[in-house]
Amino acid sequence: MSAHGLTGPSLRLDRLPRRRRVNRVMEMLAWLAAAIAVAILGVVIWSVASKGASELNLDLLTKPPIPFSFTNAPQGLSNAFAGTLVIVALATAMALPIGILVAIYLNEFAPPPVRAGLGLALDVLAGVPAIVVGIFVYGLLVVGGGGQSGVKGAFALATLMLPFVARTTAEVLGLVPDSLREASLGLGVPRWRTTLSIVLPRAAGGILTGTVLAVARVAGETAPLLFTSSLVGPQTSWNPLHALQTVPLAIFELSESADPKDHARAWAAALVLLLFILFASLTARWLATRTARKLAGR
Amino acid sequence: MSITIEPTVKVETRRQPVPPRERLETVFHVEHLDALYGGKPALKSVSMEVYKNLVTAIIGPSGCGKSTYIRCFNRMNDLIPGFRQTGTIRYHGQDICASNIDPVAVRRNIGMVFQRPNPFPKSIYDNVAWGCRVLGMKDDLDERVERALTQAALWDEVKDRLKASGLSLSGGQQQRLCIARAIAVEPDVVLMDEPASALDPIATQAIEQLMHELKSRYTFVIVTHNMQQAARVADMTAFFSISHGGEGERYGELIEYDATEKIFTRPSDQRTEDYVTGRFG
Repeated sequence: MSAHGLTGPSLRLDRLPRRRRVNRVMEMLAWLAAAIAVAILGVVIWSVASKGASELNLDLLTKPPIPFSFTNAPQGLSNAFAGTLVIVALATAMALPIGILVAIYLNEFAPPPVRAGLGLALDVLAGVPAIVVGIFVYGLLVVGGGGQSGVKGAFALATLMLPFVARTTAEVLGLVPDSLREASLGLGVPRWRTTLSIVLPRAAGGILTGTVLAVARVAGETAPLLFTSSLVGPQTSWNPLHALQTVPLAIFELSESADPKDHARAWAAALVLLLFILFASLTARWLATRTARKLAGR
Repeated sequence: MSITIEPTVKVETRRQPVPPRERLETVFHVEHLDALYGGKPALKSVSMEVYKNLVTAIIGPSGCGKSTYIRCFNRMNDLIPGFRQTGTIRYHGQDICASNIDPVAVRRNIGMVFQRPNPFPKSIYDNVAWGCRVLGMKDDLDERVERALTQAALWDEVKDRLKASGLSLSGGQQQRLCIARAIAVEPDVVLMDEPASALDPIATQAIEQLMHELKSRYTFVIVTHNMQQAARVADMTAFFSISHGGEGERYGELIEYDATEKIFTRPSDQRTEDYVTGRFG
């Protein structure tokens, strides 16, 4: 210390050169990794947009496809968009209530050993490949009787959504402070009423966010629908008791077509799917911040 | 507050003397209460009585089981996995831990105010009214809310913004809101687990004042690690301390329970004297 003519420890920047270098390098690496992630997304969006933009118009959403068309009559993928809408809505209607109830049991009522087992079961279910779920529903419902239908496709998607919804819901329920439960129970309010009136509303924003993300995720699923809702004609149908065309399957089928215009329409449909997911994520974020603000009393 | 340790805690001189015990009505009769977390004892063999319309303070060093103890009175510990208790707590003669007792009914009669203010994420009005509504006390709700807020010394500060969120209030106001919420459902006993530990001296004073005013209607049990507070508000004081068993076992024990004035001026146990004079703790 006396060498610097100082009486205290040195505070100069160059006092630990090696540590500073390592710090720099690690920071750069972390930055690079983040940049790569963003770049990949950018490349995907750019390539999809540039190839699909030419066919992205209202006809794509409203007009049905014309198979083996040799004219320039406007055509679209309205059957696929209608089918995806119906199937995903049905899947959400099936998975959401059960998922929330599972989460409530998991987080509010299950004794610790059951909680651990149930959590593991949900994790395994979440890890089951989509194609396996498809084959399972095919074997259970399609072969068993009646053939393919939108409802069966929705059931397959719901199976994929359920663990996702249950896990995210249990997570947000876990974030509700125990002090709130105690406040309600301390008043002499029964447990079920506390869960329903205090815990659930407090977690509603988070549950909604998780649901929106789950919807965005299964909207692009192809494999389960291949077995359960894929043998379809070009006509637009909203009846879930019949097999319905869906956007991911339409993309898959058009990509195998010989007509380059079909390829462009496949890209355009992919772009719509991407935009939907982007929009859903933004909505989820907005909901999350809005509820956070509301709960903070501002 | 001064930095030097006062030799003794000043006991409020204007206080009314506690009537002789045979003239008091017993609310809680605790006998040989043991509390265990996951098999480890937290409290051992506590026996005492809590009397009606008095403020009973529970004091002692951190970790002596004060909070565990007060949470036994309304079965709040039921919610903690691995918690077990033996011995009996009789509430007006009924064993509150008996198998035919509904813990919801216990908590309905024995309200609680917690260490940290925990208002619901609802409006100020609904924070007070919700409990009444759920418990079926729906008549004259507005009047009920006003009465509870007035009793909790909060009405004047919030009467113009009852629709504002309970969370928009300051910490001291939030705690008074929690007190209003607890007394709005007209419990018999109000348990307070260090209600002022997160509050500034002015808010603390407000809460002590309202305990003083409300004790004619309720019975208060208050946990505090602030001895001055116990000396100011309590009629009876129980001193808990940490005892050491074999194999590094530590558990809380009731050392002495008596009129507050006696505990702070003429304690009969050396450990109590050491604690209240600041030689230990």
